[in-house]
Amino acid sequence: MSEQAKTKISVQDLHLYYGQFHALKGITMEIPEHEITALIGPSGCGKSTFLKTLNRMNDLEPNVRIEGSVRLDGADIYQDMDAIELRKRVGMVFQQPNPFPKSIFENVVYGPRINGIRNKAELEEICERSLRQAAIWDELKDRLGKSALGLSGGQQQRLCIARTLAVEPDVILMDEPTSALDPISTGKIEELAMQLKKDYTIVIVTHNMQQATRVSDRTAFFLLGDLVEYGDTQELFSNPKDERTERYITGRFG
Amino acid sequence: MQARIRSARRTDEVMTVVFYAVGGFFLVLILILAGYIIINGLRSYYPGIFGTTSSGIGNQLFNTVYLVFWSLLISVPIGVLAGIYMAEYAKPNKLTKFLRISIESLSSLPSIVVGLFGYLVFILMTGAKWNLMAGALAVSILSLPSITTTTEDAMKSLPKSYKAGSMALGATHWTTIIKVLLPACFPRIITGVILAAGRGFGEAAALLYTAGQSTVINWNNWNLTSKTCPLNPFRPGETLALHIWVMRTEGSLNPNSEKIANFSAAVLVIIVLLFSLAARMITKHIGRKAVGEKA
Repeated sequence: MSEQAKTKISVQDLHLYYGQFHALKGITMEIPEHEITALIGPSGCGKSTFLKTLNRMNDLEPNVRIEGSVRLDGADIYQDMDAIELRKRVGMVFQQPNPFPKSIFENVVYGPRINGIRNKAELEEICERSLRQAAIWDELKDRLGKSALGLSGGQQQRLCIARTLAVEPDVILMDEPTSALDPISTGKIEELAMQLKKDYTIVIVTHNMQQATRVSDRTAFFLLGDLVEYGDTQELFSNPKDERTERYITGRFG
Repeated sequence: MQARIRSARRTDEVMTVVFYAVGGFFLVLILILAGYIIINGLRSYYPGIFGTTSSGIGNQLFNTVYLVFWSLLISVPIGVLAGIYMAEYAKPNKLTKFLRISIESLSSLPSIVVGLFGYLVFILMTGAKWNLMAGALAVSILSLPSITTTTEDAMKSLPKSYKAGSMALGATHWTTIIKVLLPACFPRIITGVILAAGRGFGEAAALLYTAGQSTVINWNNWNLTSKTCPLNPFRPGETLALHIWVMRTEGSLNPNSEKIANFSAAVLVIIVLLFSLAARMITKHIGRKAVGEKA
């Protein structure tokens, strides 16, 4: 099934350098639409760095040099696209929930607001729709005016997902979105990710291999800046082709 | 082992007492100081002391508030923008280092030096007479560093994730600063502004040769271009702090000079107090609106 999926993001021979350090060594991979792609690998393997190249968040850091191409629906995001435009289409959820010190409502409508939507009724509608999509509307609907900082970590993370959805992206990048959360909140986020893949393409970085097997359709294993193996999740975990992948998923290193 | 824990406990207790004592010392010090000034000042009250004649301080009171208003109007925008530059745009290089040293030096400049510099630039070089605007500019020079530094520190102490979160939603750097970072450090910037205003309220040396030691205004004249219009910032405008000094020196010809000086001091202390309270209340109010009520 996943073999026929349309490619959403196509990465060709991507190299990334932090100053002298060669952090990504020629990554080539196709990320299919409406699927969840998991990036796994030990700390420092480049999976988060790779994730950030997909919405050009690496642009914010000094001394980063990138070679190769990343295409979103065929358009090169480093050549043909403005980073601001790109980030509206490729949203991101971070490792630590990072709501702004504003009300719940203002957090959700931040994206639409900076895109010029002023109409209150329209913003309220976006707020409700996004919170419903993030499966947190019922918990928050009576306290939209309250500070987002008063929410629990799990609620904050789902709020951050709602905030990303409010911009109506095509792709959602998740950088270890549950590593700061308890198991129940983690379960809710995973369930949410699986619902969202109907409408979005999701790329998730995770430390947790069970999580990769639970939620993802495809898995990519990174090691020391190389993409070692990439394929169907079931296949990769049950029948890894590379010895290094096998050693990692069986817990013999990393 | 037991002995070590016991000794650690005892040290802990002793230090707790020391910290309370130091806190208490400052509290008592400020209470005695403020109490002495306010009580002594209020006892010097006589009818007509708020008037605008030579035995009243009405004009000086107005000048003080008006001068602080102008100096904040000048120093807050520049200071906040400079702080934003230092925190968000300045690259870590020699120029930035030099800039930071300059700002620090500016903050420890003696106010009489700033006053004489102001006299040279704003009065002698422009050919103007003493005027309130020159005073406001001189005070701005004194308060700029603290506003800049407070803004920079406040911006830098924010979690990096605010910026990342905003940028990831497709915001530009500037939008992120205006809509997320600046509102988030608003309370701290207000603190900087309060300190700057306090500087303006209490400044005397920098105003001696800029705002001047006289005030001739006609409270029925609202023609802004007129030298005697109260709202014209380009007229001489002696402030309360300076008035205290004048009353204790040359003004001793005035039969009420001691009472005026005492009362002015009390009024000044009370103004600063009221200003801080008002600013904090406004901050809290805006904070509640911006941050959202605490859950």
